[in-house]
Amino acid sequence: MLRTGLGGAGLLGIGGLAWVSAGRSELHHTVWQIDPTVCEACGNCATYCVLEESAVKCVHNFDACGYCRICFGYFEPQRTGDHEGAENQLCPTGAIIRRLVKDQNYRDIQKHEYTIDEKLCIGCGVCVKGCENDGNGSLYLQIRHDRCLNCNQCSIAAACPTQAICRVPADHPYLTKEASH
Amino acid sequence: MKPVRLLISQLIFILVFPCIVRGEQRFDLPDFVEHQIPRTTTPPPRLVLYEFLDVLVLAGALSLASYLALKRRSRKGIFLLMIFSLGYFGFYREGCVCPIGAIQNITLALFDSSYGLPYVVLLFFLLPLVFTLLFGRSFCGAVCPLGAIQDVVLLKPLAVPSWLQQSLGLLAYVYLGAAVLFAATGSAFIICEYDPFVSFFRLSGSLNMLVLGFSFLIIGMFVGRPYCRFLCPYGAILRLVSRFSLWRITITPAECVQCRLCEDSCPFSAIETANTTQVHPRGKTDKTRLGILLALLPVLIIAGGWLVSLLHVPFSRMDFTVRLAEQIDSEDMGATEEILETSKYFHEKAQSEEILIQRKEEVKSQALQKRKQFLWGGWMLGGFIGLVIGVKLISLAVYRRREDYQADRAHCVACGRCYAYCPIEHLRQDPTRKVRIK
Repeated sequence: MLRTGLGGAGLLGIGGLAWVSAGRSELHHTVWQIDPTVCEACGNCATYCVLEESAVKCVHNFDACGYCRICFGYFEPQRTGDHEGAENQLCPTGAIIRRLVKDQNYRDIQKHEYTIDEKLCIGCGVCVKGCENDGNGSLYLQIRHDRCLNCNQCSIAAACPTQAICRVPADHPYLTKEASH
Repeated sequence: MKPVRLLISQLIFILVFPCIVRGEQRFDLPDFVEHQIPRTTTPPPRLVLYEFLDVLVLAGALSLASYLALKRRSRKGIFLLMIFSLGYFGFYREGCVCPIGAIQNITLALFDSSYGLPYVVLLFFLLPLVFTLLFGRSFCGAVCPLGAIQDVVLLKPLAVPSWLQQSLGLLAYVYLGAAVLFAATGSAFIICEYDPFVSFFRLSGSLNMLVLGFSFLIIGMFVGRPYCRFLCPYGAILRLVSRFSLWRITITPAECVQCRLCEDSCPFSAIETANTTQVHPRGKTDKTRLGILLALLPVLIIAGGWLVSLLHVPFSRMDFTVRLAEQIDSEDMGATEEILETSKYFHEKAQSEEILIQRKEEVKSQALQKRKQFLWGGWMLGGFIGLVIGVKLISLAVYRRREDYQADRAHCVACGRCYAYCPIEHLRQDPTRKVRIK
């Protein structure tokens, strides 16, 4: 009898807790994302993710890119020429593809498009730093949700020196550079 | 958002936005006629629908586990369900989200109103609680992937001495209290960070975590479910809840004949033996002991609170802001040569000396506030630990008469191993055997 009573009280307690928590609840799920305005591309993302190959990749906001011939995110500062040899590239895995753009507005000026090969990118952020410091800052790091396991506690978030990783609603899972200003 | 606040934020947006763009836009954007500027892909995360599907699987597994443990009484069924759960919640869903970790989300939601708790996480936390209140810890036995991975490696269970089992069991409450403290202050999710088995589920992880996981599994070969019994914070909650469960797992399907065959069958020492034959001194000394312990309870609570509150400074270092403030402080005073990444970026972020000084003041006051929270939290945690120890001592001092051999309500994880040891169970399965036994 006493036990049933206590059991009922317990059920009521759980119900109460549920009610209070449900008041704080939202139907949408949350996922992890990097706030590109806070991120300093320190390189922790490449190593602290629980995945062997990090869920963080570099992405390119083409709208902000200057399509420069000499890209600060692509070329080593001490390059030996303007050619695309591996020794001239900043990216340790050669994940940035450089292509000459053909356009009638730019017959005399060379414009180049830089695309990230996500399979090769390790999310180290070396290119992001280069572009941020001397370029338009159109390259940035992002958690890719086709890879992210959405751990309850993101390991990179715990290791992030600027606390740039935050929970965002799952229906708006990407923070792009323009949107975050 | 309120209209006024919206207006202010829009104003800030309009005022600040051009500065930021000018600051970053070092090169003119090209004006292409033919060339199409590509778009960055945005692969969507896992559908929320699938997350709710996980809740359905959880509810189904819990119902089946309770049915198998209480009604069907089938160890084989429980074992198969356990393997399924290990596969689904463990290896397929890679251990997230789980009810154990959800404790921290609930705590964070209760203390931090800006955190929106997803319904899926809430349901993951509540469903096993409700089932435990109804049917006992069937969640632990057949649904929890952490329990399952330990259960399958159990080779040769050794009996843990009673005093050791009782004291180690208290660790789970300490762990629960600490996890709640760190989650409430928004500092860390320690249950997830130090989950020993998640690296197996993901087949990756740091060396430290793999070593920890392997040690748990190796110990688990000889000590049944060490994590569940001595550390699991959710297990600690379920232990409390299952004491009041409406129905319970029984060793025998009918009446206990006190044959003692089941006595050593439980690898988790969760069988309460009948003690009617034992002579128990119920004299004056026992009552005195109980009286002393009852009087000791508030002393334990206060002493525990005081002791743990002394540790609030090291505890508060789990928090990012406190770490940052301490680092800045020791750099400013010249106490450390080493410049950490955190403080390096902190200094870089400030555009001018004035902003830097202002930001430093902000961080310091935030850190002091956090530390104060930890001081209060330390008192609470310590008081809770004192209470748990006191209640344990009292419960050990109270003599309870037990007529039958039965599953310990709190510690039984409904694995179903004991069914096969009970002769009445054999009769239930095959009534013709009655003749043979006679």
